[in-house]
Formats: sequence, structure tokens, C-alpha cells
Amino acid sequence: MAEIVSLAEGVAELVNDGDTVALEGFTHLIPFAAGHEIIRQQRRDLELVRMTPDVVYDQLIGMGCARRLVFSWGGNPGVGSLHRFRDAVERGWPTPLEIEEHSHAGMANRYVAGASGLPFAVLRGYTGTDLPKHTDTIRPIACPFTGEVLTAVPALNPDVTVVHAQRADRAGNVQMWGITGVQKEAVLAARRSLVTVEEIVDSLDPMPNQVVLPTWAVNAVALVPGGSHPSYAQGYSVRDNAFYQTWDAISRDRDAFATWMRQHVLDVRDGGEPGRERRMTGETA
Amino acid sequence: MSQNWTSDEMMTVAAARQLRDGTACFVGIGLPSTAANLARATHAPRLVLIYESGCLGAKPDRLPLSIGDGILADTADAVVSVPEVFNYWLQPGNVDVGFLGGAQVDRYGNINTTAIGGDYANPKVRLPGAGGAPEIAASCREVIVVMRQSPRTFVERVDFVTSFGYGSGPGDREQLGLRGAGPQVVISDLGVLRPDPSTRELVLTHLHPGATVEQARAATGWALTVADDLRTNEPPSEAELTVLRALKAASAAP
Repeated sequence: MAEIVSLAEGVAELVNDGDTVALEGFTHLIPFAAGHEIIRQQRRDLELVRMTPDVVYDQLIGMGCARRLVFSWGGNPGVGSLHRFRDAVERGWPTPLEIEEHSHAGMANRYVAGASGLPFAVLRGYTGTDLPKHTDTIRPIACPFTGEVLTAVPALNPDVTVVHAQRADRAGNVQMWGITGVQKEAVLAARRSLVTVEEIVDSLDPMPNQVVLPTWAVNAVALVPGGSHPSYAQGYSVRDNAFYQTWDAISRDRDAFATWMRQHVLDVRDGGEPGRERRMTGETA
Repeated sequence: MSQNWTSDEMMTVAAARQLRDGTACFVGIGLPSTAANLARATHAPRLVLIYESGCLGAKPDRLPLSIGDGILADTADAVVSVPEVFNYWLQPGNVDVGFLGGAQVDRYGNINTTAIGGDYANPKVRLPGAGGAPEIAASCREVIVVMRQSPRTFVERVDFVTSFGYGSGPGDREQLGLRGAGPQVVISDLGVLRPDPSTRELVLTHLHPGATVEQARAATGWALTVADDLRTNEPPSEAELTVLRALKAASAAP
């Protein structure tokens, strides 16, 4: 059964140095506040997993939390490069970053295999591309029935998966809707899971297109209103596209990045208190 | 010259015109998304826009910044999980057109969105990577590419094959067992290129109004072949420009 905890408690209990950690959320419901708490608690040597490492992983990488990145698309959506990610890959700053690179279809299927208790997934993927030359977790496999050659990718089973959702009830059942990406698979594939939510309610009214994670499939739930900003939670907030554009300038420069992180992450006690969203807009305090 | 449109607008309009009404189109973000939304707002109102975030049949009235903006989920016919969009919709060949951009395209329509220069471990420029593109390029019935043209972007051979076009020429797709037909058209800010049916090499078939063969050759990193019946595209109509600018203005507004 999921325990209702503070964000700081949840991260302290569930995320350890050296862990394989997946923060998922496909543009929508990205667990930014949890990422910031991981930074504040100075986790190190993480193997970070995420289909679309965007700004929150740029921040984790730039703050030196990551040793390795498993991913399929590392950019600032609609804006351009992730400058901290590039600095780590191109110049090894602040520490070298090992990468394991896939496609979205491959990563999605790796989570499905992980959630399904299978060692690998099969797909029609990567054919003809240069990715298998550089990523040894992409291998050909023959169909045992027809002999057709397909592609195999190993299951992903993170030590801990962290996601953000709209609501939980007091028993810790979690409900999310809108674009729910690969979060269900990422939680079910993980050994441990932490969910931050906009709201904790007495009962979960059904919503169109909802995904429900039963309380017994989740370790901990933390109340963090606005915890996905500058991403968004459908029904609660809209995507702060201006922030993503602002991030481009902040992240280009190592000093500007460090200053921003100190003001907006390190000097903030917990992710959940009022006023957090305003401070995240990129204005200086 | 008194033209009242930019070469980028011409490129977007030319790309939009390639999309047929009633088809299902897997849309990459950026230029492809702009063109697909222009098509839906002009000649192709029944165009089905599919975004890799799981939004099937999205009908945004402004341009999304990302493939997962709320406007896409709010207006979609269905919102499905990411494993589902790739496994059930893309992989079996249920999508007519894959609409992709990129950082480099080569003579045989291969696309690079991974890294430029150096080697893979130490690239000169690290790009975002594959995303959904490799499987979109493989499994959609056909692929449309839109990219600004320069010697750095239209290259003899891409530094990294992120998405497979025709490999190194005729027969490669068939040999690999790829089900989709591959890139059928590449639209740039100078004109339109199509693969030669026998050599699979991209050949200049159309120029945009005002662009010249010399410009196109200078902006291409291989010895560009020009079609015998080279044509000139119609300039953007007033209606196309009005809709395109309104879409952009709506997305720029806070």
C-alpha cells in the first residue's frame, strides 16, 4: 500500500546514490519538483532513464547527479538543444555522461517488457539505422515461427520510477488523465515508485481516458501542487511554453545555469509550497 | 522584387500542399507540424494528425510548441499511450504519411538527427536524437521530409543514419524488409526534390518562385541532378498566407 509522504521523505526513502532512476512524463505531467528534490538531496552516480530527457534532465545532468543516460530524444521540445546535456556529452562537464541511445518505439517497448515480467521486447525497429552500431542493447532476433528477422531490446526495470499525476485518494490510489505517455508501464516495471500529485481527494471521480495506478502498485505518494511546472497537469495548469524558451538562454551558460539552480532549486526548501510556480518563471528573485 | 512572402513561408506552404485530404499523417514537431496544421486549415480539413505523444486526430487551432501540448489532447479523437501509438498504430502500417524534419538529409533521403562531426562518442554537435523518427520513416506508407537547404544540411552522406531513406541506393529498403515506401518528396526553402525511380537519388523537380538552379546546386552537398521537366511552384496564395500567419500569431500569443 502506498504511503502518503512529503516529497523530501519520498526521495530520501526511495532514491539512492547509484540507482537506475526513471522520471517519466511525455511532455505532460513531468515530475519537475521531484527532480529538483533529487538535486537538493545531492544524489550522485544515477543512471537516468527517460524517453524524452528534457529540461528536468538537463538540470539533473548539469548539477552532476548523473553518470549515465538511457534515452530516445534529448532536446528542449519546440525550442532546440539541451545545453547542459550537450556540455556533458561534448565536453564532459560537470562530469562525463555515458549514453545509451534508443528510439521512442524501442524505449516504449523496453518499459512494456519490464512491466510484463519479460526479459526483452520484440519490435520492427531501428532497421537500417546507425543506432545498433553504437547501442549494444539493440540486437536482431529471428521469429521462431517464420524466421523473419526482427529487433530485440532488453526490458527496462528501473530501481525507482517517479511520475506526477493529477490526483490520489487518501488510500494512495493514483489517477491521471490526458497524455499519459509511458508512465503506467514505467511504474509497473520499477522496483519502487514515487508519485507526486496535484491534489489528494476523498474519492476519485472517473475521468475520460484515465489511468489508475492502484495503491498496492505504488510505494509512496507526495502532495506537490504545481509539481510538474513548467510542464503541466491537464485540468490544473497549462504548459509554460515561455519558460521552455527562457531555459535556452539560462542553460547556455554554466554560470547563469548555476545561479538559476541556486535561486530556484537549491535555496527552495521543498517543491510544494505556495509561490513555487512564480519563482520558476525564470525571473530573478 | 515585390513578393510578400518569405522563403520559409513558401517552404511551409509547399509542404502543406503535399498532404492529401483524408489521409492519416504522423507529424514531427517544428516545420512538419506547422505545415500539417496549415494543410488541415486549408485544403485538407479531414487530414488526421497523429502525434507521438499518443494524440490521434488532433485538431489544434494554434501551433503546438511540443508534441504534447494540451491543445493536442483536448482536441484529439483519441488519446492513447505511447506504447500503443507506436505498436498498434504506426508499426502495422496504419499511418499513410510520415512527416519529418531533421538536421541533415543526404542524396538517398537518409536523415540525421543524432550527431554532426567528430565521431559518435565525441561529436562536434550533439543533436536530440531519434525520437519516433526511425520507425516513422520505416513504417509509414510514405515519408515527406521538410528541411531548409544548405551545403551543411543537404549532404552527400549523413554523418549518422537516424532514419533510413534509401540507404545507398536502389534495393536497400527491399533488402532490409522495410514495409513503407520511404521518402517520396523533400521540400526545402528553395524547391522540391523527389527520388529518381531507378537510382533513388534525390533530384530537383520544382523550384520555388524566385529560386534558381544555381542557388539549389550551391546549397546541395552533392552533384545535384535537375529534372528534365523542372517546374516552378505556384507562389503562396493570399488564403494560404493568411491562415499560416494566423496560426503562427495564435501560437505566439500568451
